[in-house]
Amino acid sequence: MDKPIQIPFFSAFFCELGQVYDLAVRGFRAIFQRPFEKRNFWQQLEEVGVNSLPVVSLTAAFGGLVFGLQAYLAFHRYIGPGSESQGGPIIAVGLCRELIPILVGLMVAGRVGSAMAAEIGTMKITEQIDALFSLGANPVKYLVAPRILASMIMVPCLTLYGDVIGIFGGYTYNVLLMKVNKTLYVQNTLKYFEMWDISVGLIKALVFGLVIAIIGCWQGMTTEGGAEGVGRATTKSVVVASITILILNFFLSKILPATL
Amino acid sequence: MSKIKIVDLYKSFENKQVLKGLNLEIEAGETMVIIGQSGSGKSVLLKHIIGIMRPDRGQVFIDGQEISALPDEEIMKLSRKFGMLFQGAALFDSMTVAENVAFGLRRHTRLSESEVQQLVRTSLEQVGLRGVEHLLPYELSGGMKKRVGLARAIAYSPEIILYDEPTTGLDPIRADAINCLILELKEKLRVTSVVITHDMNSTYKVADRIAMLYDGRIIEIGTPEEIRHSTNPVVQQFISGRAEGPITEW
Repeated sequence: MDKPIQIPFFSAFFCELGQVYDLAVRGFRAIFQRPFEKRNFWQQLEEVGVNSLPVVSLTAAFGGLVFGLQAYLAFHRYIGPGSESQGGPIIAVGLCRELIPILVGLMVAGRVGSAMAAEIGTMKITEQIDALFSLGANPVKYLVAPRILASMIMVPCLTLYGDVIGIFGGYTYNVLLMKVNKTLYVQNTLKYFEMWDISVGLIKALVFGLVIAIIGCWQGMTTEGGAEGVGRATTKSVVVASITILILNFFLSKILPATL
Repeated sequence: MSKIKIVDLYKSFENKQVLKGLNLEIEAGETMVIIGQSGSGKSVLLKHIIGIMRPDRGQVFIDGQEISALPDEEIMKLSRKFGMLFQGAALFDSMTVAENVAFGLRRHTRLSESEVQQLVRTSLEQVGLRGVEHLLPYELSGGMKKRVGLARAIAYSPEIILYDEPTTGLDPIRADAINCLILELKEKLRVTSVVITHDMNSTYKVADRIAMLYDGRIIEIGTPEEIRHSTNPVVQQFISGRAEGPITEW
């Protein structure tokens, strides 16, 4: 029997990177080609956005609470009692620029990216993708393009929603639970918090949405084998998307200016 | 001019060479049955004919047009000519039976919704199914799925129908009904059919010609009578279903 061809690790990595790039380009191009797959797009908006609301609400609320807690402790311990209201803008900026986009990105990668890989992967191994092609539907246009567009719209929307919930979580801990001066807390927050801070989080969310959809779809489209292959693709989509989000987050934080 | 012409087709997957210079011509209106062992590349061949797979080398011509050189968008425009019944039916899980059957009709034609629904019913009746339009694929038996897959393939009256193991998994009566349907479609619509099967009863019943695929090539081609009396030991071993003979790889 012939020995399987061994592809060196770096060659395999760049080969996969090429596949992702190719799928992303074809997926983007397909968004602007007619006829647009409206039905799939609406379904994906619901799946990525509406159905992610409970998990985003919970993570944003507890993210806000714990951020509020740590800010309170830090000011109370290092600056002194009475300085806790200074924590308001730090909580808001930290949540909107870093914590909420990351939490939403990771949650959506786990919930939606995995579902995309599993659904498309199952379609691949049961020849449904071949059937789409044979019936005159371009699989990239039919499956990938609506998912990319829906993720790029809904992940920023979820992030904006998470920002509101998270800021309210920080406010709840400091003002309602720890009795920090409400007026000072709000005044400080409004004084130092800028719209640009929200925009930075939304730009990150847009990129994360793109990453989640492309990696989920790529894993689905390249699924091989039976149920085991689908399982592998699902796991890999979550791991790769999560790591990519964490790495990209650092570089985006570095590139995007602190203020406009 | 042949309806389908395949010239010197090569295809490999990773380290396995599946097709090794395959040549085949199929005339308009004929039913060509391709027989061969499991894993010999029969389904791969069908997917090259419809343009789902691209050859490593060689050409596939449909009505004289080389489709293996066309971009995906152009191949998809040609897909109106093809209907394909997949091995596992490949019904879309998220759609009802009616939506599955209507899928190709909506893509390939500009019919009104009522006309689409009428054709969906007609196609389902042609394969012996009634009152299943609203069911989802998971609610169907294996045989019913196959028949819905066939209804989907014939709904928009394609010129060429490709059948990937149409009778596998069906009881003998249903299998014969599918054979009769293949013959009926040929008579009524004058379609060109390419059938892949292991079922020799089905082969003899529907075939105008039979081609045997072995070791990546067509090693024998002829009418059912010619194949029955073939002197090729590989063909004889396969059609008589014997474990002993020149075919040693199972």
